[in-house]
Amino acid sequence: MVETHYASTQFTIYLQRNGVGVLAKSAFMLWLHRFGSLPYFYRVSRPIALALAVPGVLLAAYGVYGGLVNAPVDYQQGDAFRILYIHVPSAWLSLFGYTSMAIAGAVALVWRLKLAEIFVVAAAPVGASFTFLALVTGSIWGKPMWGTWWVWDARLTSELILLFLYLGVIALHNAIESPRSAARACALLSVVGVINVPIIHFSVEWWNTLHQGPTVTRFGRPAMEMAMLWPLLCAALGFTLMFGWLTLWNMRVQLLRRERRSRWVKKVFSDA
Amino acid sequence: MHESWQQFWAMGGYAGYVWSSYAIAAVVIVGNIVAPVIAHRQIARRIKNEEFDD
Repeated sequence: MVETHYASTQFTIYLQRNGVGVLAKSAFMLWLHRFGSLPYFYRVSRPIALALAVPGVLLAAYGVYGGLVNAPVDYQQGDAFRILYIHVPSAWLSLFGYTSMAIAGAVALVWRLKLAEIFVVAAAPVGASFTFLALVTGSIWGKPMWGTWWVWDARLTSELILLFLYLGVIALHNAIESPRSAARACALLSVVGVINVPIIHFSVEWWNTLHQGPTVTRFGRPAMEMAMLWPLLCAALGFTLMFGWLTLWNMRVQLLRRERRSRWVKKVFSDA
Repeated sequence: MHESWQQFWAMGGYAGYVWSSYAIAAVVIVGNIVAPVIAHRQIARRIKNEEFDD
Protein backbone atom coordinates (compact mmCIF):
# COMPACT_ATOMS: atom_id res chain seq x y z
CA MET A 1 0.00 0.00 0.00
CA VAL A 2 2.75 2.37 1.00
CA GLU A 3 4.74 1.31 -2.02
CA THR A 4 1.86 1.95 -4.40
CA HIS A 5 1.45 5.35 -2.87
CA TYR A 6 5.16 5.97 -3.24
CA ALA A 7 5.05 4.90 -6.87
CA SER A 8 2.08 7.09 -7.70
CA THR A 9 3.77 10.06 -6.02
CA GLN A 10 6.91 9.41 -8.02
CA PHE A 11 4.78 9.22 -11.12
CA THR A 12 3.12 12.58 -10.33
CA ILE A 13 6.54 14.16 -9.80
CA TYR A 14 7.72 12.67 -13.10
CA LEU A 15 4.71 14.15 -14.86
CA GLN A 16 5.22 17.55 -13.23
CA ARG A 17 8.86 17.61 -14.21
CA ASN A 18 8.57 16.26 -17.72
CA GLY A 19 5.01 16.91 -18.81
CA VAL A 20 2.57 14.60 -20.54
CA GLY A 21 4.33 15.08 -23.87
CA VAL A 22 7.44 13.31 -22.68
CA LEU A 23 5.37 10.48 -21.25
CA ALA A 24 3.59 10.07 -24.58
CA LYS A 25 6.92 10.15 -26.35
CA SER A 26 8.43 7.48 -24.15
CA ALA A 27 5.31 5.33 -24.54
CA PHE A 28 5.68 5.73 -28.29
CA MET A 29 9.37 4.83 -28.13
CA LEU A 30 8.50 1.77 -26.09
CA TRP A 31 5.91 0.77 -28.68
CA LEU A 32 8.37 1.44 -31.50
CA HIS A 33 11.00 -0.63 -29.75
CA ARG A 34 8.57 -3.45 -29.21
CA PHE A 35 7.33 -3.31 -32.79
CA GLY A 36 10.92 -3.20 -33.96
CA SER A 37 11.44 -6.53 -32.22
CA LEU A 38 11.57 -9.11 -34.97
CA PRO A 39 9.73 -12.04 -33.27
CA TYR A 40 6.97 -9.64 -32.25
CA PHE A 41 6.69 -8.33 -35.82
CA TYR A 42 6.63 -11.85 -37.24
CA ARG A 43 3.80 -12.79 -34.90
CA VAL A 44 1.57 -9.73 -35.36
CA SER A 45 2.21 -9.13 -39.07
CA ARG A 46 0.02 -12.06 -40.02
CA PRO A 47 -3.24 -10.82 -38.42
CA ILE A 48 -2.42 -7.25 -39.53
CA ALA A 49 -1.98 -8.48 -43.11
CA LEU A 50 -5.36 -10.20 -42.92
CA ALA A 51 -6.95 -7.04 -41.51
CA LEU A 52 -5.64 -5.14 -44.55
CA ALA A 53 -6.46 -7.87 -47.08
CA VAL A 54 -10.18 -8.20 -46.38
CA PRO A 55 -11.21 -4.52 -46.68
CA GLY A 56 -8.60 -4.02 -49.42
CA VAL A 57 -9.96 -6.75 -51.69
CA LEU A 58 -13.58 -5.78 -50.98
CA LEU A 59 -12.99 -2.09 -51.71
CA ALA A 60 -10.99 -2.80 -54.86
CA ALA A 61 -13.65 -5.23 -56.11
CA TYR A 62 -16.42 -2.75 -55.31
CA GLY A 63 -14.55 0.04 -57.08
CA VAL A 64 -13.78 -1.99 -60.18
CA TYR A 65 -17.36 -3.31 -60.32
CA GLY A 66 -18.71 0.23 -59.96
CA GLY A 67 -16.38 1.45 -62.69
CA LEU A 68 -17.14 -1.36 -65.12
CA VAL A 69 -20.87 -1.70 -64.51
CA ASN A 70 -22.42 1.34 -62.84
CA ALA A 71 -20.41 4.35 -64.00
CA PRO A 72 -21.98 6.25 -66.91
CA VAL A 73 -20.34 6.02 -70.30
CA ASP A 74 -17.79 8.73 -71.13
CA TYR A 75 -19.09 11.18 -73.71
CA GLN A 76 -15.75 11.31 -75.53
CA GLN A 77 -14.14 7.93 -75.00
CA GLY A 78 -17.16 5.63 -74.80
CA ASP A 79 -16.59 2.46 -72.77
CA ALA A 80 -12.83 2.52 -73.37
CA PHE A 81 -12.51 4.95 -70.44
CA ARG A 82 -13.34 2.06 -68.08
CA ILE A 83 -9.66 1.06 -68.27
CA LEU A 84 -9.27 4.05 -65.93
CA TYR A 85 -10.41 1.95 -62.96
CA ILE A 86 -7.39 -0.31 -63.21
CA HIS A 87 -4.94 2.20 -64.72
CA VAL A 88 -5.25 5.04 -62.20
CA PRO A 89 -5.14 2.91 -59.01
CA SER A 90 -2.07 1.10 -60.40
CA ALA A 91 -0.37 4.38 -61.29
CA TRP A 92 -1.22 5.81 -57.87
CA LEU A 93 0.26 2.74 -56.19
CA SER A 94 3.42 2.99 -58.27
CA LEU A 95 4.04 6.46 -56.79
CA PHE A 96 2.79 5.64 -53.29
CA GLY A 97 4.87 2.48 -53.16
CA TYR A 98 8.09 4.18 -54.18
CA THR A 99 7.52 7.08 -51.78
CA SER A 100 6.94 4.65 -48.90
CA MET A 101 10.14 2.82 -49.87
CA ALA A 102 12.09 6.09 -49.85
CA ILE A 103 10.76 6.96 -46.38
CA ALA A 104 11.59 3.48 -45.08
CA GLY A 105 14.98 3.74 -46.81
CA ALA A 106 15.75 7.00 -45.00
CA VAL A 107 14.71 5.43 -41.67
CA ALA A 108 16.91 2.42 -42.43
CA LEU A 109 19.92 4.61 -43.23
CA VAL A 110 19.55 6.94 -40.24
CA TRP A 111 18.40 4.60 -37.45
CA ARG A 112 19.54 1.26 -38.89
CA LEU A 113 16.14 -0.22 -38.20
CA LYS A 114 16.13 -3.74 -39.60
CA LEU A 115 12.41 -3.76 -40.33
CA ALA A 116 12.77 -0.59 -42.41
CA GLU A 117 15.53 -2.29 -44.43
CA ILE A 118 13.29 -5.28 -44.96
CA PHE A 119 10.36 -3.06 -45.97
CA VAL A 120 12.38 -1.51 -48.83
CA VAL A 121 13.27 -4.93 -50.23
CA ALA A 122 9.76 -6.35 -49.69
CA ALA A 123 7.84 -3.45 -51.26
CA ALA A 124 9.97 -3.35 -54.44
CA PRO A 125 8.41 -6.31 -56.32
CA VAL A 126 4.88 -5.20 -55.41
CA GLY A 127 5.59 -1.65 -56.56
CA ALA A 128 7.30 -2.88 -59.71
CA SER A 129 4.34 -5.04 -60.70
CA PHE A 130 1.84 -2.20 -60.25
CA THR A 131 4.11 0.15 -62.21
CA PHE A 132 4.18 -2.48 -64.94
CA LEU A 133 0.37 -2.62 -64.78
CA ALA A 134 0.07 1.16 -65.04
CA LEU A 135 2.30 1.15 -68.13
CA VAL A 136 0.60 -1.81 -69.84
CA THR A 137 -2.98 -0.69 -69.18
CA GLY A 138 -2.03 2.83 -70.25
CA SER A 139 -0.58 1.46 -73.44
CA ILE A 140 -3.70 -0.61 -74.15
CA TRP A 141 -5.82 2.47 -73.46
CA GLY A 142 -3.61 4.66 -75.65
CA LYS A 143 -4.03 2.53 -78.76
CA PRO A 144 -7.75 3.26 -79.38
CA MET A 145 -7.66 6.80 -77.94
CA TRP A 146 -4.35 8.23 -79.18
CA GLY A 147 -3.81 5.86 -82.08
CA THR A 148 -0.52 4.57 -80.69
CA TRP A 149 0.68 2.09 -78.06
CA TRP A 150 3.52 4.31 -76.93
CA VAL A 151 4.94 7.83 -77.20
CA TRP A 152 8.15 9.08 -75.62
CA ASP A 153 6.46 11.92 -73.79
CA ALA A 154 7.28 13.15 -70.29
CA ARG A 155 4.63 11.21 -68.36
CA LEU A 156 5.19 7.86 -70.05
CA THR A 157 8.96 8.13 -70.05
CA SER A 158 9.23 9.13 -66.38
CA GLU A 159 6.88 6.29 -65.39
CA LEU A 160 9.08 3.87 -67.36
CA ILE A 161 12.11 5.19 -65.45
CA LEU A 162 10.19 4.46 -62.24
CA LEU A 163 9.83 0.84 -63.34
CA PHE A 164 13.60 0.71 -63.94
CA LEU A 165 14.22 2.17 -60.47
CA TYR A 166 12.07 -0.56 -58.92
CA LEU A 167 13.86 -3.22 -60.98
CA GLY A 168 17.16 -1.62 -59.95
CA VAL A 169 16.33 -2.08 -56.27
CA ILE A 170 15.41 -5.73 -56.88
CA ALA A 171 18.53 -6.38 -58.96
CA LEU A 172 20.77 -4.67 -56.41
CA HIS A 173 19.32 -6.80 -53.64
CA ASN A 174 19.95 -9.97 -55.63
CA ALA A 175 23.46 -8.91 -56.65
CA ILE A 176 24.95 -8.22 -53.21
CA GLU A 177 25.73 -11.26 -51.10
CA SER A 178 25.78 -9.76 -47.61
CA PRO A 179 22.16 -9.12 -46.59
CA ARG A 180 23.07 -6.08 -44.53
CA SER A 181 25.01 -4.32 -47.31
CA ALA A 182 22.39 -5.31 -49.86
CA ALA A 183 19.62 -3.79 -47.78
CA ARG A 184 21.58 -0.58 -47.21
CA ALA A 185 22.35 -0.22 -50.92
CA CYS A 186 18.66 -0.71 -51.73
CA ALA A 187 17.70 1.87 -49.10
CA LEU A 188 20.12 4.36 -50.64
CA LEU A 189 18.83 3.78 -54.17
CA SER A 190 15.22 4.19 -53.07
CA VAL A 191 16.03 7.49 -51.32
CA VAL A 192 17.92 8.89 -54.31
CA GLY A 193 15.34 7.69 -56.83
CA VAL A 194 12.40 9.38 -55.09
CA ILE A 195 13.26 12.56 -57.02
CA ASN A 196 11.47 10.89 -59.93
CA VAL A 197 8.13 10.81 -58.06
CA PRO A 198 7.32 14.57 -58.22
CA ILE A 199 8.68 14.62 -61.77
CA ILE A 200 6.10 11.98 -62.76
CA HIS A 201 3.31 13.74 -60.90
CA PHE A 202 3.93 17.18 -62.38
CA SER A 203 5.13 15.99 -65.80
CA VAL A 204 1.71 16.63 -67.32
CA GLU A 205 1.85 20.26 -66.17
CA TRP A 206 5.52 21.04 -66.77
CA TRP A 207 5.68 19.60 -70.25
CA ASN A 208 3.34 19.41 -73.17
CA THR A 209 2.38 15.74 -73.14
CA LEU A 210 -0.13 13.54 -74.87
CA HIS A 211 -1.22 12.25 -71.46
CA GLN A 212 -4.17 14.10 -69.97
CA GLY A 213 -3.77 16.44 -67.02
CA PRO A 214 -4.74 15.71 -63.43
CA THR A 215 -8.41 15.02 -62.80
CA VAL A 216 -8.51 13.77 -59.22
CA THR A 217 -5.87 15.88 -57.43
CA ARG A 218 -7.22 19.15 -58.76
CA PHE A 219 -8.77 21.95 -56.76
CA GLY A 220 -11.91 23.85 -57.65
CA ARG A 221 -14.25 22.62 -60.33
CA PRO A 222 -14.53 18.82 -60.20
CA ALA A 223 -13.20 17.39 -63.42
CA MET A 224 -15.18 14.21 -63.06
CA GLU A 225 -18.74 13.30 -62.32
CA MET A 226 -19.31 11.81 -58.86
CA ALA A 227 -20.73 8.57 -60.33
CA MET A 228 -17.41 8.13 -62.14
CA LEU A 229 -15.13 9.42 -59.39
CA TRP A 230 -16.54 7.48 -56.44
CA PRO A 231 -15.68 3.95 -57.67
CA LEU A 232 -12.22 5.23 -58.63
CA LEU A 233 -11.53 6.46 -55.10
CA CYS A 234 -12.76 3.14 -53.64
CA ALA A 235 -10.51 1.18 -56.00
CA ALA A 236 -7.50 3.37 -55.22
CA LEU A 237 -8.00 2.98 -51.46
CA GLY A 238 -8.54 -0.77 -51.88
CA PHE A 239 -5.34 -1.08 -53.91
CA THR A 240 -3.44 0.85 -51.24
CA LEU A 241 -4.62 -1.54 -48.52
CA MET A 242 -3.71 -4.48 -50.75
CA PHE A 243 -0.24 -3.02 -51.19
CA GLY A 244 0.15 -3.10 -47.39
CA TRP A 245 -1.08 -6.68 -47.25
CA LEU A 246 1.20 -7.99 -50.03
CA THR A 247 4.21 -6.06 -48.74
CA LEU A 248 3.71 -7.43 -45.21
CA TRP A 249 3.76 -10.99 -46.58
CA ASN A 250 6.93 -10.26 -48.55
CA MET A 251 8.42 -8.79 -45.36
CA ARG A 252 7.67 -12.02 -43.46
CA VAL A 253 9.51 -14.02 -46.12
CA GLN A 254 12.50 -11.64 -46.19
CA LEU A 255 12.61 -11.64 -42.41
CA LEU A 256 12.81 -15.44 -42.26
CA ARG A 257 15.48 -15.50 -44.97
CA ARG A 258 17.63 -13.03 -43.07
CA GLU A 259 17.05 -14.44 -39.59
CA ARG A 260 17.01 -18.14 -40.55
CA ARG A 261 19.95 -18.95 -38.28
CA SER A 262 18.67 -17.02 -35.27
CA ARG A 263 17.29 -18.76 -32.24
CA TRP A 264 13.84 -17.15 -32.27
CA VAL A 265 13.17 -18.37 -35.83
CA LYS A 266 14.12 -21.92 -34.92
CA LYS A 267 11.90 -21.69 -31.87
CA VAL A 268 8.91 -20.50 -33.92
CA PHE A 269 9.22 -23.51 -36.22
CA SER A 270 10.14 -26.12 -33.65
CA ASP A 271 6.88 -25.51 -31.75
CA ALA A 272 4.70 -25.89 -34.81
CA MET B 1 -24.69 1.98 -67.38
CA HIS B 2 -25.26 -0.82 -69.83
CA GLU B 3 -28.58 -1.78 -71.34
CA SER B 4 -27.90 -5.54 -71.27
CA TRP B 5 -25.21 -8.04 -70.31
CA GLN B 6 -24.41 -8.52 -73.95
CA GLN B 7 -23.71 -4.80 -74.23
CA PHE B 8 -21.68 -4.93 -71.04
CA TRP B 9 -19.35 -7.58 -72.47
CA ALA B 10 -19.11 -5.71 -75.78
CA MET B 11 -17.86 -2.55 -74.01
CA GLY B 12 -19.08 -0.34 -76.87
CA GLY B 13 -16.69 -1.99 -79.29
CA TYR B 14 -13.68 -1.69 -76.98
CA ALA B 15 -14.06 -5.17 -75.47
CA GLY B 16 -10.57 -6.31 -76.53
CA TYR B 17 -8.87 -3.31 -74.94
CA VAL B 18 -10.92 -3.21 -71.73
CA TRP B 19 -10.97 -6.93 -70.99
CA SER B 20 -7.32 -7.53 -71.85
CA SER B 21 -6.38 -4.73 -69.42
CA TYR B 22 -8.37 -6.34 -66.63
CA ALA B 23 -7.14 -9.84 -67.47
CA ILE B 24 -3.49 -8.74 -67.24
CA ALA B 25 -4.27 -6.95 -63.97
CA ALA B 26 -5.85 -10.11 -62.55
CA VAL B 27 -2.79 -12.20 -63.46
CA VAL B 28 -0.38 -9.67 -61.91
CA ILE B 29 -2.41 -9.38 -58.69
CA VAL B 30 -2.85 -13.14 -58.28
CA GLY B 31 0.89 -13.55 -58.86
CA ASN B 32 1.60 -11.04 -56.10
CA ILE B 33 -0.66 -12.97 -53.73
CA VAL B 34 0.64 -16.44 -54.53
CA ALA B 35 4.40 -15.72 -54.76
CA PRO B 36 5.03 -14.79 -51.09
CA VAL B 37 2.83 -17.66 -49.87
CA ILE B 38 4.91 -20.18 -51.84
CA ALA B 39 8.17 -18.52 -50.79
CA HIS B 40 7.07 -18.54 -47.16
CA ARG B 41 6.19 -22.22 -47.34
CA GLN B 42 9.59 -23.01 -48.88
CA ILE B 43 11.67 -21.13 -46.33
CA ALA B 44 9.56 -22.51 -43.45
CA ARG B 45 10.15 -26.07 -44.68
CA ARG B 46 13.89 -25.50 -44.95
CA ILE B 47 14.02 -24.08 -41.44
CA LYS B 48 12.01 -27.02 -40.10
CA ASN B 49 14.36 -29.46 -41.82
CA GLU B 50 17.20 -27.70 -40.01
CA GLU B 51 19.01 -26.96 -43.27
CA PHE B 52 20.56 -23.84 -41.79
CA ASP B 53 22.06 -25.46 -38.69
CA ASP B 54 25.80 -25.19 -38.53
